[in-house]
Amino acid sequence: MDSFLKSGKLGGSVGDKNNQVNNEVSKKKRSVPWVEKYRPRTVSDIVQQSEAVQVLEQCIAGADLPNLLFYGPPGTGKTSTVLAAARQLFGDMYKDRILELNASDERGIQVIRDKVKTFAQLTASAIRHDGKPCPPFKIIILDEADSLTNAAQAALRRTMEKESKTTRFCLICNYVTRIIEPLTSRCTKFQFKPLDESKIFERLQHIAIEENLQIDDDVLNALVKTSGGDMRRATTCLQSCAILKGKDATISMQDVYEITGVVPEQWIKNYLQACKSNNYSKLEEFIETFILEAYTASQILKQMNEFIVNTDEFTDKQKAVIGEKLGIVSYRLQDGGSEYIQLLDLGCAIMIEYSKTG
Amino acid sequence: MSLWVDKYRPKDLSKLDYHKEQAENLKKLTQRGDFPHLLIYGPSGAGKKTRIMCILKDLYGCGVERLRMEQLNFTTPSKKKLEIMTVSSNYHIEINPSDVGMYDRIVVMDLIKNVAQTQQLDVNGQREFKVIVLTDVDNLTRDAQHALRRTMEKYITNCRLILCANSTSRLTPAIRSRCLGIRVPAPTITEISSILQNICKKEGLTIPSEFAQKIAEKSNRNVRRAILMCEACKVEQYPFSVKQNIAEPDWLMFIRAMSRKISQEQSVNTLANVRGDLYELIIHGIPNNIIFQTMVSELVKNCDISLKSEIISQAAFFEHRLQHGNKAIFHFEAFVAKFMCLYKKFLEDTVGDVF
Repeated sequence: MDSFLKSGKLGGSVGDKNNQVNNEVSKKKRSVPWVEKYRPRTVSDIVQQSEAVQVLEQCIAGADLPNLLFYGPPGTGKTSTVLAAARQLFGDMYKDRILELNASDERGIQVIRDKVKTFAQLTASAIRHDGKPCPPFKIIILDEADSLTNAAQAALRRTMEKESKTTRFCLICNYVTRIIEPLTSRCTKFQFKPLDESKIFERLQHIAIEENLQIDDDVLNALVKTSGGDMRRATTCLQSCAILKGKDATISMQDVYEITGVVPEQWIKNYLQACKSNNYSKLEEFIETFILEAYTASQILKQMNEFIVNTDEFTDKQKAVIGEKLGIVSYRLQDGGSEYIQLLDLGCAIMIEYSKTG
Repeated sequence: MSLWVDKYRPKDLSKLDYHKEQAENLKKLTQRGDFPHLLIYGPSGAGKKTRIMCILKDLYGCGVERLRMEQLNFTTPSKKKLEIMTVSSNYHIEINPSDVGMYDRIVVMDLIKNVAQTQQLDVNGQREFKVIVLTDVDNLTRDAQHALRRTMEKYITNCRLILCANSTSRLTPAIRSRCLGIRVPAPTITEISSILQNICKKEGLTIPSEFAQKIAEKSNRNVRRAILMCEACKVEQYPFSVKQNIAEPDWLMFIRAMSRKISQEQSVNTLANVRGDLYELIIHGIPNNIIFQTMVSELVKNCDISLKSEIISQAAFFEHRLQHGNKAIFHFEAFVAKFMCLYKKFLEDTVGDVF
């Protein structure tokens, strides 16, 4: 696919280049990220997203395919699903029948006009090279569609209808609200839900066995917990752990926390302790050390949130006040606010709530 | 003659002074074939750059030390010409994309594509990939971060990225999940003081351990600052005496004096006066967040707890505003004015209580 995008041509030369790429890949197989290596190959391999899978399976069995809109949090298998389906639908011709565009490719309105339209206008035959029947259409995958500009989305509307004879669109995004209404109404929407922890656990276990890793079930569980239903994150974390520790060493809980950047429980306790003491300089001191230890503020906010929701120390009303502050602080941090001042702000808010209770 | 900071920078992973276990892990990492993208984060002066150079040296040998400065040109789709300075060797290229402000997306994409499309000729000799070091990634725009995520995956065969940031708060989770994060905490005070003593030994100087300790404490766990301070002290007075005065950065003293002025008198006159001071700080290139941070921590020193929390929440508000606006002075002044208002009210209230 990459080589196609680079050369911008269809047909002959693409094949050779892909062969080269494949050779290279097999030569240094080790450098393939596990995310790619363990991507589901067939639609039936995909876990949990039953609605989308059902529709696609019917399509593979011969039914027509609607335009698709997949949305859901990262790492739930949106791209994997459509790629697997395409592979099953088109077999070898997979490379010619698919145009994949994502946010890192230039895709202002010009690209939609040129590349997408020209690709959409090509006709597709209903027979494969080897004589087997295959669906008579091509698929254009617009990955990360929520970062398309509004103008570009508007340019798609008519194209989508006009070329419906030969082309199906598959839009993939995290936030369906960022796609303009006229586009969503032209697609069948499928929501992808975060994966169950047990499903991720099974998959990670499978990978660990395949890769000969020494890892305890407890540690795997911790990995699953930190991933928050994101399969890709869990897989990359596992690979990072394996790379960092080398082949033979056992992966410990500590490594998992270090790589995922989770702030150790102790720090959260200390933070609350500092707030509880009603002593400003203690809080200030804590935050200074916290930043010097290079822990991430956004991460501690996430963990704090969980802690605050579950704690019995505050009344519901107080929790609401702190929760609101958490939201504001987290937004400001994402926007570029200074960690030091924002964490102080949160600390002061919690401090006031503590002094109310005690 | 080079500064001590550069002269005694560890050149090899095995020679690093602290975080030894991490260094060992990094060493293992460089020896394997599948080197991942790295995201190295930590406060300033914790040794991020030093670690990056060590990793590069481990990957490619001494060749990476032959550096050259180069100016690269990029053209935006709207035909605007961009120029950006890079530092590169035969094996790596270092760039600070936030130099070009909002156009960083083009620089990131073009640079990676260029580097990735040129393969290393001598396949047997070295690694099959080049390294791109992006510094200051916490200032990358959202757009550039989006552009990075797919580019990173696509060109993984020919190039690896090493990202260097002060904190990962501002990076999107998508980027964080694609890199192997390496946390570099600041060294402890004892570690710094032993580094200082080592350097002095190599220079043939004697330094009392209490004095080294004192410098380390003053440096706020920043090795670079500690070494610079130490060198400055040596110029000022040698042999060292424990009671010797350690020169603090002048901007720190300047901000302190300014804060004192603010808490002494709350009036329009002072505000006008402070404006001059703030301009002075800004034109000398002190980063906004440092001015803000120091100012806040100085100002709240003599307030009681309820006032403190109110001031902090105002500070958080104005600091956030400052990131959005492009004239820092407005936001600084707004904060100072707000502080004066709150402080004066507080004083009047407490004085009222006394009588």
